[in-house]
Amino acid sequence: MTLHVDIPEETLASILAKALRNRSFLIGLAITALVAAVAILSYVWTPYDVTRLVISDKTQSPSLAHWFGTDHFGRDILSMIMVGARNSIAVALVAVGIGMGVGVPLGAFAAARGGLIDEVLMRMNDLVFAFPALLSAIMITAIFGPGAINAIIAIGIFNIPVFARVARAGALAIWPREFILAARAAGKGSTLITIEHILPNIATLLLVQGTIQFALGILAEAGLSYVGLGAQPPMPSWGRMLFDAQTRMVVAPWMAIFPGMAIVVTVLGLNLLGDGIADILDPKSRRQR
Amino acid sequence: MTAYLLKRLIIALATLVLASMVVFAVLEIIPGDPARLMLGLNASADQVEVLRNQMGLNAPLAIRYLHWAGGLLSLDFGRSYTYSVPVIDLVRERIVVSLPLALIALALSTIIAIPVGLYSASRRGRAGDAIAMGVTQFGVAVPNFWFALMLIYLFAVWLRLVPAGGFPGWSAGVWPALKSLLLPAVALALPQAAILARVARSALIEVLNEDYIRTARAKGLPYRAVLWRHALRNAMIPVLTILGLQFAFLLAGTIIIENVFYLPGLGRLVFQAITQRDLIVVESVVMLLVAAVIAVNLLVDLSYAVVDPRLRSRQ
Repeated sequence: MTLHVDIPEETLASILAKALRNRSFLIGLAITALVAAVAILSYVWTPYDVTRLVISDKTQSPSLAHWFGTDHFGRDILSMIMVGARNSIAVALVAVGIGMGVGVPLGAFAAARGGLIDEVLMRMNDLVFAFPALLSAIMITAIFGPGAINAIIAIGIFNIPVFARVARAGALAIWPREFILAARAAGKGSTLITIEHILPNIATLLLVQGTIQFALGILAEAGLSYVGLGAQPPMPSWGRMLFDAQTRMVVAPWMAIFPGMAIVVTVLGLNLLGDGIADILDPKSRRQR
Repeated sequence: MTAYLLKRLIIALATLVLASMVVFAVLEIIPGDPARLMLGLNASADQVEVLRNQMGLNAPLAIRYLHWAGGLLSLDFGRSYTYSVPVIDLVRERIVVSLPLALIALALSTIIAIPVGLYSASRRGRAGDAIAMGVTQFGVAVPNFWFALMLIYLFAVWLRLVPAGGFPGWSAGVWPALKSLLLPAVALALPQAAILARVARSALIEVLNEDYIRTARAKGLPYRAVLWRHALRNAMIPVLTILGLQFAFLLAGTIIIENVFYLPGLGRLVFQAITQRDLIVVESVVMLLVAAVIAVNLLVDLSYAVVDPRLRSRQ
């Protein structure tokens, strides 16, 4: 099986060289790696146990013992942010997986078939687009009650049309190319052509969109947890921490400042990474939002 | 032109009908009997049965859907299970908070984003552009409800310039009401403006490379006139597209932000309804918001034709 990947005269070495010169890629990669490392580290070590409530230590301001201070139950904010990173990453990652897993085949299929099937699939997309993740989450919660799974499903459903559109648009641009004609002449069917030639050529687009949706997923998860539609206590989540902080802004502003900064830094890192990848692999590609 | 408008209109209506079916189906699979919920645990099976007949719950599925959808068209959403008042009355009370908030935020974000986009695009690659894009890169990453908390801390707790939350009602006067919507609107608008400014910049940069821009400059038009009259107008299509897509996020944001500021809007209504399991209210608000998203995207489609004369003449 020969794959025709349409990156002319680019070797792995030259891509790597470009990557090392790309500032947004490097900063984004560093931040993303740091967040991932912190989440993994939280499985084996956190400064304090996030499940232990030490009421005598409640709402302490940041100090050497508690870098980011403590919350209203005396839990260490830094430890909670570390554990909360797992939840954010897991929800956003699975939601991207759902979006890609369903959306990309749909989009590629629509592009390959065209005509009525294309039209029907795209209208289904319009339908899903009319339900922002928050509305889906509200409906899912109304049926099943709140929980982290709701957030994953709601954000995942919202990701499906996004990836379907990107995959379809990307595939439609590849289909008229000569090497596709050659593959057709060689007797390959549209499914085989899609797998062997179309998908490798739209992989860059999908990767860039993946980082964007990952970042949006982290923001959406925080919002859902904040209004109580996402992760439930005692599982620490960044959105939930901000909810707890809200009524204590006057006495313990650090309870709000640090979890929020964790969200900003993570999303910023992912956005920079996405920008960087787009620049390196295809300078012409523009990010879609 | 007419064909284009007609097609968009039909698509929007079809989407609306399908969306109403989805929402209705969700209402159907929810466990629990609304009649039993309204009557309480002590009601006898006969009483529940009588109410079920009254509420039309024993009719076939298709009839119930048509009844419900027909009700929506005449703005009859049914009665709230917990308050026993028509849902439309609850919605009417709350929408006078949510709608102005969303519109002010939309206007604010556009007013901020377009000049920033123009500024950055016209100074591409220079220090001003780099700073503006750095700030917007941050803005895109900021969750609006956290930004709202920070604004409350700064302007309400520290500086005591505005109330930290609550809504006096429009009857208290336009200015006090607007004042309490100011901070929420800013919290919603700035992160949106960051995204919009980035889109406007890249759309403008593409347009500024076109030949007709050089022609306009060559015939002696001042740069500012070229930018506003020629470049911005041609860059409007991507900007409008994002504006339409952002509206869905803006509505979602409004619902969340209302909870930060304790504003008695649709967002508060829907979360109260969830905890009280007042599902008909939940469904009604969701349906209303979905309809709003579809309507705005239809408006965006139609505005393409206004902005782009090429689309108008095309058959």
